Amino acid sequence: MATDGGTPPTLEMRNISKTFPGIKALDSVQLKAWSGEVMALMGENGAGKSTLMKVLSGAYAADPGGEILIDGQKVEVTDPLRARHLGIAIIYQELSLCSNLSVAENIFLGDELASRGMVDRGAMRASCEQVLERLGATFTPSTPVNRLSIAEQQQVEIARALHARSKILVMDEPTTALSSRETERLFELIRQLRTDGLAIIYISHRMGEVYELSDRVSVLRDGTYAGTLEKGEISAERLVKMMVGRELSSFYTKEHDPHGLRGKPVLEVKGLTDGGRRVNPASFVLHEGEVLGIAGLVGAGRTELARLIYGADPKAGGEVLLDGRPLDIREPKDAIDAGIAYLTEDRKAQGLFLDMSVLENVNLGVVDRDARRGGVLDLKTARRRAAEAIRQLSIRVASAAVNVGSLSGGNQQKVLLSRWLETKPRVLILDEPTRGVDIGAKSEIYRIIDDLAKTDIGVLVISSELPEIIGICDRVLVMREGHIEGEVGGPEGREITQENIMAYATGVAA
Amino acid sequence: MATETAKVGAGFAGDRSQMLKGLIQALGMLPVLILIAIAFHLATGKFLNATNIAIVMQQASINIVLAAGMTFVILTGGIDLSVGSVLAASAVVAVATSLSGFSFLAMPLALLCGLILGAINGSLVAFMRLPPFIVTLGTMTAVRGVARLLGNDTTVFNPSLPFAWIGNARLFGVPWLVIIAFAVIAISWFILRRTVLGVRIYAVGGNPDAARLSGIKVWVILLFVYATSGFLAGLGGIMSAARTFSANGAQLGLAYELDAIAAVILGGTSFVGGIGTIIGTLIGALIIAVLSNGLILMNVSEIWQFIIKGLVIIGAVTLDRYRLKGSART
Repeated sequence: MATDGGTPPTLEMRNISKTFPGIKALDSVQLKAWSGEVMALMGENGAGKSTLMKVLSGAYAADPGGEILIDGQKVEVTDPLRARHLGIAIIYQELSLCSNLSVAENIFLGDELASRGMVDRGAMRASCEQVLERLGATFTPSTPVNRLSIAEQQQVEIARALHARSKILVMDEPTTALSSRETERLFELIRQLRTDGLAIIYISHRMGEVYELSDRVSVLRDGTYAGTLEKGEISAERLVKMMVGRELSSFYTKEHDPHGLRGKPVLEVKGLTDGGRRVNPASFVLHEGEVLGIAGLVGAGRTELARLIYGADPKAGGEVLLDGRPLDIREPKDAIDAGIAYLTEDRKAQGLFLDMSVLENVNLGVVDRDARRGGVLDLKTARRRAAEAIRQLSIRVASAAVNVGSLSGGNQQKVLLSRWLETKPRVLILDEPTRGVDIGAKSEIYRIIDDLAKTDIGVLVISSELPEIIGICDRVLVMREGHIEGEVGGPEGREITQENIMAYATGVAA
Repeated sequence: MATETAKVGAGFAGDRSQMLKGLIQALGMLPVLILIAIAFHLATGKFLNATNIAIVMQQASINIVLAAGMTFVILTGGIDLSVGSVLAASAVVAVATSLSGFSFLAMPLALLCGLILGAINGSLVAFMRLPPFIVTLGTMTAVRGVARLLGNDTTVFNPSLPFAWIGNARLFGVPWLVIIAFAVIAISWFILRRTVLGVRIYAVGGNPDAARLSGIKVWVILLFVYATSGFLAGLGGIMSAARTFSANGAQLGLAYELDAIAAVILGGTSFVGGIGTIIGTLIGALIIAVLSNGLILMNVSEIWQFIIKGLVIIGAVTLDRYRLKGSART
């Protein structure tokens, strides 16, 4: 393995700082990556990972004093095009492909082959085929990108990087939207690229991936460099400590009576289905004071089931009972009125109004209930609700007038959660409640869920993070390919363990 | 934790810049308006006097009413190209009814005509999920035809128009046209800022998916904004007919939608929806009226009036975007 004394790193970033008005996003950060290695970059949200990568890509100019070296040579990355010419390729979480164009057109985007001003599609396709073959892709250069899955689109991005003869490949949380099989294939590909001699920087939150893939891990914390662990030294405890700066003694909270299932049923779902497209008839019961988890791989139909219950998508059959009464839910409004709240998995796209204030976002679910005659807003009540929400959920914000878009992920999530809590639901469905939330806020959200379970409401938690499901749920339904495959933690079910859940999720327990 | 304090720090700064941003958004074009007015006064020596200001206000009044409706629509991320045609149709309905035996129905029928045409736009957008640009482009053309049809393709004229006072009388020295325009602005402000409906209009414009999942009936909101725009175009039709005692289905209100859109955009409302204020729209409409009036006072030819107006709109919005970008960069 290359060391500081041996070959110069393929990429070295020295003493990188970046100051925005009022905030120092990066403070003398360093980073080294060698070709033929996977270097993982970890850190909480807001630790400065993306800022660092934006400096590398030329999207941000670093403060004077920092240096970027490639193969020991000092370089100036002035803009993204320059970065590309220097052999730096970055694949962002939000893929940057033109979905209306073909694979070949995307790979050649900005670098089209042309003769006498005419695009030479044939030559482009031929050149693409080689690269795609190397990646083991199953699609052709002429396939439109909008027909590809997320995993395949990632392959296109990788192909684009290879095509540009990149030496340094940065991948920002590439597995967030992938199934486990797709993830495995991606890992194989990454290993192959490593063997081919690329320097790979792998940004991830997931410990398991970091163990599996990386040759070293560098950690950022609060915009500073917290250290690097070599392959043999990597352990979850050490990484968490480096990321958070403290030990996590009581990360998950489960103080509520775990036998909530002895309480009376609050939500009963009977044979609910969308006609078998994504959800086969599903039945289950949620009790008062219970935290019921729904686990499963991405694409197993968990979110789709929740959306059916909530009336976000039309159902084809089955019924939903609340406190024993059948509900006629045709749209989300009906569900909310009945007492079902649904925290969506993608808070920015489907939950929050980023250009609106905390005050408005907190109150949106109840403005009509609070309103005075003629639909006139009750601003006093709204302000009181917002102030209480900020205090009770410890939302870190200067005032309720601040736009939600400017808050951190964790605080945004708390704002969204408070909107639903204000509606005083009987059933609260939380879809990936801690996705993109930093560790501190995660722990606080777990506490809030636990507190809710001490009351008589039922909580349904959908999560892709097994430790989270195991840490906070009393009982877990495991979905696979659109149906509920099994249940763990119930009176007669198996114990809630990672192995038991995965056995159902992958179908080997049948 | 250090990040938390840093976040709070940024949040606090964010709060002030947020307020500042809001202020700039609301008043952003006010300095431009004042500047243009002063410039015209210096150039002509007769711009800033009570008589001329009353004339400018009167000229702005119809566009203010249309632009108010347009603000509702654009706040939801839509557009209403049909307002000029709806105005013409409503004006013809108003004058034609005033000539019939039911002259007392002239105004209600004209408003109803606007409301129904607006509701048709709204239904097509809300229920058929058609793009607003295309829906209202279609109704703009079709309703223009309807307006000509209703007036037998001639100018309908009534020298003893029962509602002529709207276009010509004054209340305490203020023309009724101006009073109506400001009343519309005041009511619009109240709806947008002080009612549940207003919050929901901003919510639908900001994030339609989230709005639906938050229990907002998006179709109700869309139907409301287009119906309002149509209703106000109907009101504009009455105002327009009242000034001239007549209405011509072929010529009335041509290109009015463009002035209304220009006023809204000058006022700082985002074209994708969710951001904007009615006060901004008022200022935008006044800028357009001041420009027209001032250029006439300066004896600028009509050809050059078009060119200058267009360039000022582009320039002002460019300036605005540039400045907002600067202040938002934190």
